[in-house]
Amino acid sequence: MGGLDLFDRDPSASGDGALTVSEITRKARLLVESGFRNIWVRGEVSGFKSYRSGHWYFSLRDAQAQVRCVMWRSDNQRLPGPPEEGAEVFVEARPTVWEERGEFRLTVRELLATAEGGLWQLQLERARAALERDGLLDPTRKRALPPFPRRLAVVTSPDGAALRDILSVVGRRWPAAEVLVLPARVQGEGAEDELCAALERVNLLPDVDVVIVGRGGGSREDLWAFNSERVARAVAAVAVPTISAVGHETDIALTDLVADLRAPTPSAAAEAAVPDRAMAEEILDSTARRAARTIAARLSVAEHRLARTADRLGAALDRRVVLRRHRLDELAARLDALSPLKVLARGYAVARSPSGTVLRRAAEFEIGQVFRLTFADGDVSARATGDEP
Amino acid sequence: MTNRNPSFQQEIERLEAIVRSLEDEDLELDTALELFEEGVARLKSARALLRQGELKVKTVLQNSDGTLDTADLDG
Repeated sequence: MGGLDLFDRDPSASGDGALTVSEITRKARLLVESGFRNIWVRGEVSGFKSYRSGHWYFSLRDAQAQVRCVMWRSDNQRLPGPPEEGAEVFVEARPTVWEERGEFRLTVRELLATAEGGLWQLQLERARAALERDGLLDPTRKRALPPFPRRLAVVTSPDGAALRDILSVVGRRWPAAEVLVLPARVQGEGAEDELCAALERVNLLPDVDVVIVGRGGGSREDLWAFNSERVARAVAAVAVPTISAVGHETDIALTDLVADLRAPTPSAAAEAAVPDRAMAEEILDSTARRAARTIAARLSVAEHRLARTADRLGAALDRRVVLRRHRLDELAARLDALSPLKVLARGYAVARSPSGTVLRRAAEFEIGQVFRLTFADGDVSARATGDEP
Repeated sequence: MTNRNPSFQQEIERLEAIVRSLEDEDLELDTALELFEEGVARLKSARALLRQGELKVKTVLQNSDGTLDTADLDG
């Protein structure tokens, strides 16, 4: 093997032929670094410490030995959270010697938990447990969504497919609504901060009826911001009902558990948030029919009473009664537009005595009796002949 | 940026209340007719809300002083 030879005398060495400490540690570092490429090491995490700088320091050990490890912030920030003390992990690392301490150690680039689901699962369980302790997962916390919202807030990426889907569904079903978009990055560096800030901002907006927070599908890493405890707590702190829609049908995020409703996709969130216009029309029609039916019944009772009063008063009709009758005629015309009197237009007629009383039964007719038939377009005088038809 | 139009929810709630009164209560005819007239007006306004054509979409922006503002969403 060429290259390094530890026993080669260094020409710069001191007169007694000894190496300085710096020299030997440097040579050791070069030897170690050239002797290994990236390697995988398995071991148990011990003495874990995360410094203010964001770098992680810990040891890996097994029954017989241990080795110091460092994982720089630039590498560990891709992970959902730190490993637990005592956790069995795999690390992808580059062995080196830290010259200042003469210490052999591993520079860790990647860290995977060996247990099912690994670190991601561990972090999720931790956050979930914390939310549960604070009662934020309690089903009785869930609020009902407003049936006919006027103003929706949407917290998502301004240029994601999720926003397009939501706007298209709301525009089709319920264009009477107004949508306020609170833009936030939904993945990568800063996503948690931006999601939390946008959710806090919702509480400052007046008259918001319901909030949708979410994003379209992606990898587990892409969706991770929605599994953050901070973001979940921000969702829980929104003052109005919330719908969480993260990824596809099968993805379940922490925000889904905290929101008042979990929707499988952003489109489904929009469907849940707003009613269908046709359904609302149907409700209005049936309400109108009920109103018309009841007022018609009241009017006919009143009309009978008026007729009796009119009989009693004879020709000297009280002026007030005339006024009331006038008002009734007016309202009857309006009611006609709403429907029941339209029956006349379909070919039915109303029979009335000369005094105006509605004749409802054959028994009310006498042979030779004169009466009026009211059609949609006017009255006709008639006489009962008594013949069988 | 308060939303001042009457909401469909308010209109429909009032309509339901009117119809319930008309059905259940022992009302003077004049009162019933007034309620009915109000109902017709509410119905008209609710239908107008439904016929509103275009969805309004705005982006909420934060000013440098921390206050919030809205702008129409592009596209």
